[in-house]
Amino acid sequence: MSTDDDDVNAATKTREARRGRGVDDRFNSKLREAFGSTPFILTKFDQFMNWVRGSSMFMLQFGIACCSIEMMHTYAVKHDLDRFGAGVPRASPRQADVIVVPGTVVSKFAPRMKRIYDQMPEPKFVVSMGSCTVSGGPFQQGYNVVKGAEEVIPVDIHVPGCPPRPEALVYGVAKLQERITNGESSPVTVKPYELEQFGDLERDEVVEQLAEEIDEDTLVMRYDWAGSP
Amino acid sequence: MSTDRPDDSESESESEPEPDGDVEREAAVPETDPEVQRARAPATRGVDPDRLERLLGDAVLRRDDQINADAAFEVRPDAVQDSLETLKRRAGFDHLSCVTAQEYADRYESIYHLKKYADPTQEVSIVVPTSRRDPTSESAEPVFRTADWHEREAYDLVGVEYEDHPDLRRILLPETWQGHPLSRDYDRDRPQIVTLDEHANPLKEDHEAEADDSTMFVNIGPHHPATHGVLHLKTTLDGEQVADVEPDIGYLHRCEEQMAQLGTYRHQIMPYPDRWDYVSAGLLNEWAYARAVEDMADVEVPDYAQVIRTMSAELCRIAAHMLAVGTFALDVYGDFTAIFMYAVRDRERVQNLLEDLTGQRLMFNYFRVGGVVWDLPEDRQAYVETVRDFLEELPQALEEYHDLLTGNEIFQLRCVDTGVLPPETAKEYGATGPVARGSGVDYDLRRDDPYGYYDELDWDVVTEDGCDNYARVLVRLREVEQSARIVEQCVDLLEGWPAADREVQANVPRTLKPEKDAEVYRAVEAAKGELGVYMRSDGTDKPARFKVRSPCFSNLQTLPELAEGEYVADLVASLGSLDIVLGEVDR
Repeated sequence: MSTDDDDVNAATKTREARRGRGVDDRFNSKLREAFGSTPFILTKFDQFMNWVRGSSMFMLQFGIACCSIEMMHTYAVKHDLDRFGAGVPRASPRQADVIVVPGTVVSKFAPRMKRIYDQMPEPKFVVSMGSCTVSGGPFQQGYNVVKGAEEVIPVDIHVPGCPPRPEALVYGVAKLQERITNGESSPVTVKPYELEQFGDLERDEVVEQLAEEIDEDTLVMRYDWAGSP
Repeated sequence: MSTDRPDDSESESESEPEPDGDVEREAAVPETDPEVQRARAPATRGVDPDRLERLLGDAVLRRDDQINADAAFEVRPDAVQDSLETLKRRAGFDHLSCVTAQEYADRYESIYHLKKYADPTQEVSIVVPTSRRDPTSESAEPVFRTADWHEREAYDLVGVEYEDHPDLRRILLPETWQGHPLSRDYDRDRPQIVTLDEHANPLKEDHEAEADDSTMFVNIGPHHPATHGVLHLKTTLDGEQVADVEPDIGYLHRCEEQMAQLGTYRHQIMPYPDRWDYVSAGLLNEWAYARAVEDMADVEVPDYAQVIRTMSAELCRIAAHMLAVGTFALDVYGDFTAIFMYAVRDRERVQNLLEDLTGQRLMFNYFRVGGVVWDLPEDRQAYVETVRDFLEELPQALEEYHDLLTGNEIFQLRCVDTGVLPPETAKEYGATGPVARGSGVDYDLRRDDPYGYYDELDWDVVTEDGCDNYARVLVRLREVEQSARIVEQCVDLLEGWPAADREVQANVPRTLKPEKDAEVYRAVEAAKGELGVYMRSDGTDKPARFKVRSPCFSNLQTLPELAEGEYVADLVASLGSLDIVLGEVDR
């Protein structure tokens, strides 16, 4: 027994000796204790960055439809998304790295959403909220409705529901953080709906007909209700 | 609904339009005795169709008898302005509630639903048929400003063209869209091309509008924190002042009317109204559809169900107004501040109550044709107590809002005398709800066209004469008090209701097939104003035409009147005080 005690004492002494007088007690934290005697940690830079990214996400303040009401409730009191390090919505896409797509995307809005997504700095992540962003949801039959946000931008996490409860969105965001920490993101596939210059479109019947109305340089997006899955 | 017309309809249809109505209204306000109110309701329904026909003269092609409107006249396509002018000036129909366009196998039709602000139970429909080859009729815009947007929508979705319209172009769909989706020969398989061009780049050409060097063009939206969703304001600024603003809508046009036309009356339509005005006002919207279909199919709703409807709908109104006030504070004060958080906290409490009742936080789907889906939750007493607890703490919460908002000097500086909407202009644009009542227009369908259990209860219609942003916010806060009064009385009624007599639904057939060519236009007082539903049956179990009269659509149209000439910061405040919700504007 006594030898064990001695060992422990020796170890403690060694640790304290290594620490030296060190920083003020006030700077000692649980984290510091966890790292042990050394103020240094060894990790891969990528891993560290991913951990940072996941733990401090800047959300884009972006509302579309019904789901944005539940999203506001998620940010506000009671559910308080800030507890998860993701509660400061930014009004400008240039300051944000996560976009929650809360609502039905329609043909007129799709090019704008694409533009907003393009304006966000890399790396960026997308949480699609609600059935409409999964498949068009209850409005899938609409002549004007895009069948899911994934037709326009790549999506990392789908949160289904109509609308999802705030708890579901919190869970989705937590899952996203987990994925980011693990260095996973969804593959960026070629989307059916891309912004292109009108002049670059394949010259089919529809394009021919609109050729007089639309300038060559104008950015356009094709919308094809029947053709998308 | 009674068609017999007691004596006072004579005096009612005298050719004195608004003043007459106002006098009558003044007398009606303090009148809270349910007996008197009930007596008043059926007495004023009904206009004199013969007299109107004489007024309209040879413009009339045919007289039509609809279920709901007291009179419907088919008029010549080139006599629309004259007819509407006559009805407006000489018969007092000063409220163009809705314009519905539809296509039949052999013709197009535009229906102008007219009402009186003084008494909305008096209705008349002007039906304008046009041929399929040349669907052109005269625009109503010179008579009613509000027809501008309504006719643009009719052109966009159905394809009727309006002569004399100041700016007839698409309003909901992208400008380059091909075809009119609610017309009969629309080809939905055809691919479409949407441009990003109309969203002009504000950085282009050093911010300067082409014509005038001293002005600057700014896009506000469609993604902007102050637009409450996906609204796009094309704004031209002269220095700090708004020289011109044009709302560009349609970024959330998710085909609600088409969706309803695809669903069966009995169950499949009811989930959609929740998503028109999605700010927790779901039950108020469901009521609009329920009222229309119940009138159409002649369903009598049991009293007990009406009390539950009234209570739950008013809870919705409280939640909706809370969000309106909270986001308005967000607009004028800045970031997520205390008031917004307080408002959300109170909303959470209401949402909990509604969730206990309906099973959902936001999209309730609780009403059914002929009643509601189920009774109050067990344990009944506990639920009643929870509602009472909420009501008990509400006055204190409202006191806080008044301290933070309406009593705040900075807030008053921002809101008093900004965004002024004179009552006459409000009527021109068909404004309703808190927007109209903030301009002193005493118009509330719950009292003026009673439905549900409202006419049995003791409550007041709130109006303010300020006509400005401040008045509109104040109306909402005061309406919360009135809603609480209504809920309180409903709770008492529900508590004392004999257990044997708790009928939540009328006996409604499994499949509803209203008569062929039956038409109905019915409106209720939703959170934002008069929410109307027009339906036409073709004898099947699905409506042939389903049209939503959205209060926000008309209210938003007043924005240029409020904002032009004011500072751009006041434009944001005005937009916030209109309290639009894009789901309902665009449908």
